[in-house]
Amino acid sequence: MKYAFFIIVLVIVACKGEQDQKLESTQTSQKPEAIVPQQQALPFEVYDYDGLVPLITKKDDKVHVVNFWATWCAPCIKELPYFEQIREDYKGDGLELLLVSLDFPRQYKSKLVPFLEQRKIGSEVVALDDVDQNRWIPAIDSTWSGAIPATIIYKGNQRKFYEQSFSYEELKTEIEQFLN
Amino acid sequence: MKTLKLLLACILLVSTTAFTADTGGYKVGDVATDFELENIDGSMVSLSDYKDAKGFIVIFTCNTCPYAVAYEDRIIDLDKKYAKQGYPVIAIMPNDTDVKPGDNMEAMQARAKAKGFSFPYLMDKGQKIYPQYGATKTPHVYVLERTRKGNIVRYIGAIDDNYQDAKAVTTRYVEDAVDALLDGEEVSTTETRAIGCTIKVKA
Repeated sequence: MKYAFFIIVLVIVACKGEQDQKLESTQTSQKPEAIVPQQQALPFEVYDYDGLVPLITKKDDKVHVVNFWATWCAPCIKELPYFEQIREDYKGDGLELLLVSLDFPRQYKSKLVPFLEQRKIGSEVVALDDVDQNRWIPAIDSTWSGAIPATIIYKGNQRKFYEQSFSYEELKTEIEQFLN
Repeated sequence: MKTLKLLLACILLVSTTAFTADTGGYKVGDVATDFELENIDGSMVSLSDYKDAKGFIVIFTCNTCPYAVAYEDRIIDLDKKYAKQGYPVIAIMPNDTDVKPGDNMEAMQARAKAKGFSFPYLMDKGQKIYPQYGATKTPHVYVLERTRKGNIVRYIGAIDDNYQDAKAVTTRYVEDAVDALLDGEEVSTTETRAIGCTIKVKA
């Protein structure tokens, strides 16, 4: 029965033309949920900015690290292992890491999915698909020019934004400030 | 002792303000520097070479950034539309080519030939110009208006509001800015943000 449902969904999705896809992406600002269903097969959720907001403004007492990256961004790929290492090293302190991919949606399957598998990325990954960058870039931080990598570290109301690359040591130094 | 403390405080104040003033590059309304940079044809290009220009669409861009590539056709269209109206496109490649060999002079020449660039594609050799403008990424656009005081920055930011799909664009920021300047009007949107690739420098 489960499979039958799945097949029906698949057929519906397959029958939807490009026209519908466009329509959906313009409507996403009204529904702050993952942009589904045509991307349901992806191993990560896809959000527009409004959908992402709750994930980058959690009101618990944990230290949250949010890294904006993309597979096409060489300095992002370089620093990714440091973020993964930080997540491991500060697990006991309750640190949470979220990797927000800014990959092009048409490359989710061809680039992002294989990358996550090959590199065995264990961190939580979501994709941000929202073309209205002039709205959400300054909303995320007034100082962000739009270059990536970019990182937010926050805990409750304490929040810092970094438009820069990190070494492991630099990242650790920043994290420590939020823990103490 | 007291004067010494005061002096120290003064030095501290001056040094911190000097640092903050240093970052960020041009704001809208600032006079932008001219330059003399090597073009893909081996010639040296300056803004002052353009005797009849009313202004410029200066675009920091490169071969290797997917965002820059996504905008290539639209950059060509901008030059086609506005060069004859007095606002030529001047493309500047700001990356360090040791870090990004795909942006070296040969690669720039090949890319310009393949795409049929109708505008200069200059190498910011020594990376002296992009920091003065305050460019942080590719693509990063500066619309300049030529005045008696110099080339005044009138717009900084993105080309339009949809990097993914040129057909789905609703606001053409650069076109709107240049159209306003051509009509002798104020530019309404003077600054926008967009995702781009960091300008590559040696670590």
